[in-house]
Amino acid sequence: MADEVVLLDTWVSMFGMRVRVALAEKGVNYDYKEQDLKNKSPLLLEMNPIHKKIPVLIHNGRPICESSIIVQYIDEVWNDQSPFMPSDPYDRAQARFWVDFSDKKIYETWKKMWLSEGEEHEAGKKELISIFKQLEDALGDKIFYGGDSFGFLDIGLIPFSCWFYTFETYGNFKMEAECPKLMAWVKRCFQRKAVSNTLPDDKKVYDFVLAMEKILKNK
Amino acid sequence: MAEEDVKLLGVVGSPFVCRVQIALKLKGVEYKFVTQDLQNKSEELLKYNPIHKKVPVLVHNERPINESLVIVEYIDEAWKGKSILPADPYQRALARFWAKFIDDKVFGAAWKSVFTVNEEEREKNVKETHEGLQFLEDELKDKFFGGEEYGLVDIAAVNIAFWVPLVQEVAGLQLFTNEKFPKLYKWSQEFLSQPTIEECLPPRDPIFAFFKGRYESLLASAK
Repeated sequence: MADEVVLLDTWVSMFGMRVRVALAEKGVNYDYKEQDLKNKSPLLLEMNPIHKKIPVLIHNGRPICESSIIVQYIDEVWNDQSPFMPSDPYDRAQARFWVDFSDKKIYETWKKMWLSEGEEHEAGKKELISIFKQLEDALGDKIFYGGDSFGFLDIGLIPFSCWFYTFETYGNFKMEAECPKLMAWVKRCFQRKAVSNTLPDDKKVYDFVLAMEKILKNK
Repeated sequence: MAEEDVKLLGVVGSPFVCRVQIALKLKGVEYKFVTQDLQNKSEELLKYNPIHKKVPVLVHNERPINESLVIVEYIDEAWKGKSILPADPYQRALARFWAKFIDDKVFGAAWKSVFTVNEEEREKNVKETHEGLQFLEDELKDKFFGGEEYGLVDIAAVNIAFWVPLVQEVAGLQLFTNEKFPKLYKWSQEFLSQPTIEECLPPRDPIFAFFKGRYESLLASAK
């Protein structure tokens, strides 16, 4: 029986991108359905009644929600190739810890910086840079967070890279100057088709955020 | 196998630490509980959890693991014995989802309902807590969230079973009651009376006194 895989997502979502990269790494064919979050579809509300958010993976009619949970699910179901999780339980725990850290910290801190001014903006910017420095420290001298292979934490973090141009422009800093090792890791990730074919252009992301800002400021 | 060195940095009365204690007990793991003073954090805590500086921290053969749900999954994978997560990938995804839901949506809101002096904040959080508890009530189909036997979600929900009724009493709130959530209430009584779970719970009276003290300080500082 053929697998039916559907992804409810929005093109600009860092969390949705995790799922798209994961599916691409495993070579899974799926039906992508772009969602309008201002006008949520009956399918989205049916498949994620609790949070009403994307991404949602629907596998043979059954929904899986929350990006980090979806990526682990993908790894466990399509387990014949490209394992995402390290084999050692300790390394798995570290990968889960850092994905959880990035979930809790990055987007919230970006929002603090985004539309604020003065001291608040500076504080947000400082915090955002320090988060990426912590992530850079966690990488150390490894090729990927997964060691020699591209894994769960790499998938968890790489989508944020297409938002770097936006962070830099709003915050007036350069990731290359602040986190050169992290940027080298980004370049290595982009050598993988699953990443380069999936992630949107960072200028497109910036234009989107700029448009959102105009809408919010006109309210 | 070489002697294992397992330490748990924690405090008695933390629901997150309790989750880890339950998981360790389930697997029959011997460990040393190292009580922390959270008002005066030890070098050891800051060394093993420099990012969040919180408890619980599990230190296994000198290697630290942080965040209670990450620790519980680690314990499930590092030691044999009774499984905490189900084997089927879809059931695992559901278990992880509900455990995360408890932390993100229910417990945080319940806590904020109690420990606030802002009435608007309280009302908002009470509403969110009730919505969250209703989702859990609707989700419970068997004796436990894990089915016939308790698992990850039940362990994660120890916060709801033991700590929510305790802190709601501190503030005189009706967050989690038998009347509003009968299935969940029945589950909580059943779960808390399981021998392994009961042995990991802290003594109620001193913990109640501690949180009552915190609540009263909060009220006093707002005046």
